Amino acid sequence: MWLAIAVGCVGCFALKLVGLSLPRRVIEQPVVKHIAELLPVALLTALIATQTFTSGHRLQLDARAAGLVAAAIAVRFKAPFLVVVAVACLVTALVRLVA
Amino acid sequence: MSDADAVSSWPATRTGVLRDAAGVGLATGAYGLSFGAISSAAGLSVLQTCVLSLVMFTGGSQFAMVGVIGGGGAAMTGAATAIMLGVRNAFYAVRMAAILDVRGWRRPVAAQLVIDESTAMAVARTAPRPSRLAFWATGAAVYVFWNLATLIGALSAHALSNPRVLGLDAAAPAAFLALMSPRLRSREPWVVALAAAAVALISVPFVPAGVPVLFAAGVAVVAGVRPNRPEGSR
Repeated sequence: MWLAIAVGCVGCFALKLVGLSLPRRVIEQPVVKHIAELLPVALLTALIATQTFTSGHRLQLDARAAGLVAAAIAVRFKAPFLVVVAVACLVTALVRLVA
Repeated sequence: MSDADAVSSWPATRTGVLRDAAGVGLATGAYGLSFGAISSAAGLSVLQTCVLSLVMFTGGSQFAMVGVIGGGGAAMTGAATAIMLGVRNAFYAVRMAAILDVRGWRRPVAAQLVIDESTAMAVARTAPRPSRLAFWATGAAVYVFWNLATLIGALSAHALSNPRVLGLDAAAPAAFLALMSPRLRSREPWVVALAAAAVALISVPFVPAGVPVLFAAGVAVVAGVRPNRPEGSR
């Protein structure tokens, strides 16, 4: 277990450091810059989708979807960050309680 | 957020950035509670759980690792999944390198703080100074709260072993949504976001945990190599 933890930790840190250490001329290529700007959007959306609509290897629609819709409404009305998160948790918990 | 930076004074902007950073830190802390608990439930000791949060320090990878182990997978498979999910941090770091311009001993410190939240908070600001402050403040706030919460969660694993009852499993997606929304101001990120979600969901049944998110990265790469349209599209 400790070996796996060490491998995982070293690997994750190395990825962060390599990204930060790439030469500036590589970073400032228009194509690389464009990709780097789009990546957080793609990855965050994929994380939202997989953490909301899947369970293990199955697609699953459950109370979490209601929480995400509530969060989207909160974001639409420019609610503070903590309110967005709290609303999502509250709605998810309530839907579970009722269902 | 970024529009306000142009018109407000630096102290006002700084206060706003620090307040947002504390908010993100607190929210992540709430999620860290569930990580500590889930990790304990997966069979990791309190020390192992805390080392993951202190050293690996990237939530998605940590959840993926203990998820694989908790689901009966090999620890090394968990590590591989964690690293695959951590690839996105390399791309975040590429983005942050242009904003931070760090050298010497600051570079490994900055590298450790490159995560979803700090990157999202930094790129949500357009001016360099608030952007850098957002990165360091958010990274530090998340590091402190994430690790404290991990310890508390691991110690009180039994009380929180089912975070679903509190709806805590909806916390991360909501947080990611709130962090990403400032970026969805033109058509291109919307298209990329929807395509990424579709690719991730379609691939979930067929590939190991963590890989769907990497496939989604491919969407950004494909969209990024297309000719760059003028900024006026926003």
